[in-house]
Amino acid sequence: MAAGIAVKPMSAQAAQEIAAREFASIVESHRPQIFRFLLASLRDVDLAETLTQECFLKAHRNWSHFRGDSSAMTWLMRIAINLQKDHWRNRRLQFWRHTQANAVGVDEAGEWLPNGERSAEQQILAREQVGQVWKAVENLSQRQRTVFLLRYVEEQELSEIAQATGLSEGTVKAHLSRALAKVRAELRGTR
Amino acid sequence: MSKSDKFRSDRLAGKSFPSEIDDPIVADPIMSGALKHFKASVDAWSASAYSRQKSAVRAAQHSWRLAASWALGCLLVAGSLAGGLYERRQRQEAVRAAEIKAETQKAAQKIDLARAAEAEQHLSLTRVATNIATSRQPRAVKRAANSDEDLLATVDNDVSRQVPAAMEPLAQMIDGNGTN
Repeated sequence: MAAGIAVKPMSAQAAQEIAAREFASIVESHRPQIFRFLLASLRDVDLAETLTQECFLKAHRNWSHFRGDSSAMTWLMRIAINLQKDHWRNRRLQFWRHTQANAVGVDEAGEWLPNGERSAEQQILAREQVGQVWKAVENLSQRQRTVFLLRYVEEQELSEIAQATGLSEGTVKAHLSRALAKVRAELRGTR
Repeated sequence: MSKSDKFRSDRLAGKSFPSEIDDPIVADPIMSGALKHFKASVDAWSASAYSRQKSAVRAAQHSWRLAASWALGCLLVAGSLAGGLYERRQRQEAVRAAEIKAETQKAAQKIDLARAAEAEQHLSLTRVATNIATSRQPRAVKRAANSDEDLLATVDNDVSRQVPAAMEPLAQMIDGNGTN
């Protein structure tokens, strides 16, 4: 006679507890990255915080539908990108004046730079370069900016960017190429 | 692979987050350096803003806790004060009630004593009255008896005087027979 192993069925409450614990660990590990991406995209600390909260709220509501086809980070980034798109759409319609007033200027954003072990001259040069990149990023289209930030700030692979944005890898490459060309032009223009 | 396994592998492998910006598109060292600085700048800004948000949340929580503890403390103090005052008032009322009760008892005792004195007085008066009455009664009886006798005597006299003449012979006969 075959001796079968009796597997206890997991109760609904236990499953919910495990899911809640998983989600809590995801929030803890990915929240800074989502906040960073939204901050770089919007240059508004309060708005970035609000959209980060909305992103995790949405993720929590849909956590049971997440099948794990992509990484949790890619899934969360997709939600964040959609929220950002909605925000831009709403801003164009209603609140553009208010949000523009809250956004930090390009020069102010470029002031943030860790000191490291560089000389004062190098620091000034680095600050200048950062300011130029911010200027170039400001002039990018929304898609180009998203792709650029995901690649060079979040350091994501092209396939992941494609998954997060819902674009093909070829399109991602094209947007990235255009964005880099604009950044390079900005850097060369002032060199 | 479950969600948590996938998530753990994402975290541990770290292959999704390249540490170096070594994109073949970025061949220019100046461009590469500028992008590195840009990333470092965004990281610093984000970390600062994120920690400020966290500390703001903590401060808000702290201030909320402080406010709650203050409110609770005030509530406790107010409660103990109110309780003390209530207790004191209760005691005062009890003392007052006891005083009133004692006064009422005293008044009731006084009334009882007065009633008893009155009753005694009434009793003594009644006794005196009865004594007087008993002392006066024989005289009256005597007087009444005397008056009755007198009356009867007068009646007899009158009756005897008023015997009709027609009856005289009979009377005489009785006298004669009697004498006889």
